[in-house]
Amino acid sequence: MLIRPIQNLGESGIYVLQDLGRMAIYLVKALLAVFKRPFRFREFMRQIHFIGAGSLVVIFFTAASTGMVLGLQGYYSLHKFGAEGMLGSAVSLTLIMELGPVLTALMVAGRAGSAMCAELGIMQISDQIDALECMAVDPFRYLITPKFLAALVSVPLLTAVFDVVGIAGGYVAGVSLMGVNPGSYIDGMVNSVTNHDIRLGVIKSFVFGLLVVWICTGRGYFVKEIRGAGFGAESVSRVTTQAVVLSSISVLVFDYLLTAVLL
Amino acid sequence: MTVAIEFKEVEKHFPKRDGGLQRVLDRVSFTIPKGKTTVIAGRSGQGKSVTLKLILGLMKADGGSIHVDGKDVTNVGGRALEQLRTRFGVLFQGAALFDSLTVFENVALPLRERTSKGEEEIEALVSSTLGQLELLGHEGKYPAQLSGGMRKRVGLARALQLNPEIMLFDEPTTGLDPVMTQEIYQLFAETQARVGFTSIIVSHDIPKVFNLADQVIVLHQGEMDVFGRPEEIPLSKKEHIQAFVQTTMGEIYQSQQVEG
Ligand SMILES: Nc1ncnc2c1ncn2[C@@H]1O[C@H](COP(=O)(O)OP(=O)(O)OP(=O)(O)O)[C@@H](O)[C@H]1O
Ligand SMILES: [Mg+2]
Repeated sequence: MLIRPIQNLGESGIYVLQDLGRMAIYLVKALLAVFKRPFRFREFMRQIHFIGAGSLVVIFFTAASTGMVLGLQGYYSLHKFGAEGMLGSAVSLTLIMELGPVLTALMVAGRAGSAMCAELGIMQISDQIDALECMAVDPFRYLITPKFLAALVSVPLLTAVFDVVGIAGGYVAGVSLMGVNPGSYIDGMVNSVTNHDIRLGVIKSFVFGLLVVWICTGRGYFVKEIRGAGFGAESVSRVTTQAVVLSSISVLVFDYLLTAVLL
Repeated sequence: MTVAIEFKEVEKHFPKRDGGLQRVLDRVSFTIPKGKTTVIAGRSGQGKSVTLKLILGLMKADGGSIHVDGKDVTNVGGRALEQLRTRFGVLFQGAALFDSLTVFENVALPLRERTSKGEEEIEALVSSTLGQLELLGHEGKYPAQLSGGMRKRVGLARALQLNPEIMLFDEPTTGLDPVMTQEIYQLFAETQARVGFTSIIVSHDIPKVFNLADQVIVLHQGEMDVFGRPEEIPLSKKEHIQAFVQTTMGEIYQSQQVEG
C-alpha cells in the first residue's frame, strides 16, 4: 500500500536527475561545437534572420504597448504624489532592467523557440538526425550550434529594440497623452539610468537567450527520451508546449535570481 | 570468404507497457560476407530495421557483441563511431530526407560536408545519380513536394554519393512501381559490380530481390535463420519458414517442386 507512492516518487526523482544530466551534457556539446570546423556561417545568418529579424514585429508591438501602459500606469501612480517628473526614470529603469529582457525572452520563446523545438523534434522522429550522424556529420555543429549562436546574438539586440520602443511608447502615453513635461521625461531617464543598470539588462538578455535556445532545442532533440510525451506527431506537439512553458518559467526564475545577485 | 559484419549472440529488447520485455532479437548470431549482398527478410515488426540500427550504433545492443571487420564495435562512441560510420551508406526506411533542403541539396550534402570537392564537380556527380534514378527536373523540389517513391529514390541517391564500403538499404523499393523496382535492382547490381560494396538489403520484394542475394537471412520472433542462395530456403524444415516460402516464394517454390 505505502510502497507504491514512494516508488513512484523515487522513479520521478531519478527521471528528473537523468533529464537534467542529459540537458547539461547537451549544453556542453552545443557550446563545444562552436570550435568545430567548418563553421556554418550561412545557417547562422539564416537563424539570425529567423530568430532576430522574424521577431521584430512581435517585439515592436509588445514593446510599444508595454511602454504605453507603463507610461499611463506610472503617470497615475506618480501623479498622486505630484511626482510626474519621475515618469521618464520609472519607465526606462523598469524596461531596461526588467521588462525588456524578460518580455523579449518570453516572446522569442513563444515565437522562435517553439518552432526550433518542433523542427528538431520532427527531425528526430523522422530519422533525419540519425541520418546526419550516419553521414558522420555532427548534428551539433550542423544544426544546433548555429541556433545557439544566433539566439545569443539576436536576443540582446531584440532586447535593445524592445527598450527603445518601450521608452518611446512611455513617452507617447506620458508626454503626448497625459501632458508630462517632455524635458523632464528625457532628463529623468538620462539622469537615473546608469551603466550598471544597462549592464544588468544586457547580462539578463544573454542569460535568457541562452536559456530559451537551450531548453527549446534540447526538448526537441530529446523528444524520444522524454517521459510521457508519447510518440510521433503527438510527442512533438507535447514537447513543444513543454519547451515553451519550461523556458518561460526558467526565464522568470532566473530573472529573480539575477536581480537578487547583481542588483 | 572475408567477413564484413558479425553478430555474436546479440540481444535487443524493448520494455513493454505491462513491465515485461519484448525480445526483438534473442541471442542472434550471423555473419555478413564482404563484397556480397545479404537480404534480410521477415514479416513486419520482426526487427529488421532494429538490426540495421544496431549495426550503425544508432541503438545499443542489450547483450552480445557486434563486429565490423573483426573489430568489436558494440560499445564504440565518439570519434571511433564517427570513423566507423564514414564507411557506411544508409537508406532509411522513411528515407529521412532533410525537410529544409531541396532534392539537389539533400543529395549534395554528403559531398559538401565530407569531401573537398568543388561545386562544379558536386553538381556533375549529383546530376548523374539523379539521372540514373529518373529524378532530373525535380532538383529544386523540397521533400514534402515529392511522392513516396520519389523520396525513396532521393534517399537512395544520397546514400550512394560517397561510394561507401558497406551499404544498408531499408526497404529500398517500397512504394515504387514494378518497372522502377526492377531498375533500382539493376542499379544496385551495376553499382555493386563497379564499386564492390558489401550490401545489406531489407526487403519484402520477394522473389525479385532474391536475384541479387548471395545470402538470405530470415527473421522470425527474435530468431534468425541464415541461408546461402535463396534456393536453399524451401529445404528448411521449420514451420514458419515453410509458411514464409508458401506465401512469398510461391512461384519459385512451385517451379522447383515440378522440376524436382
Ligand atoms: N524505439 C523503439 N522503442 C520500442 N520498441 C521499438 C523501437 N523500435 C522498434 N521497436 C519494436 O521492435 C520491433 C521491430 O521493429 P522494426 O522496426 O525493426 O521492424 P521491421 O522488421 O523493420 O518491420 P517493418 O518491415 O514493418 O519495417 C517492433 O515490434 C517494434 O515495435
Ligand atoms: Mg523496418
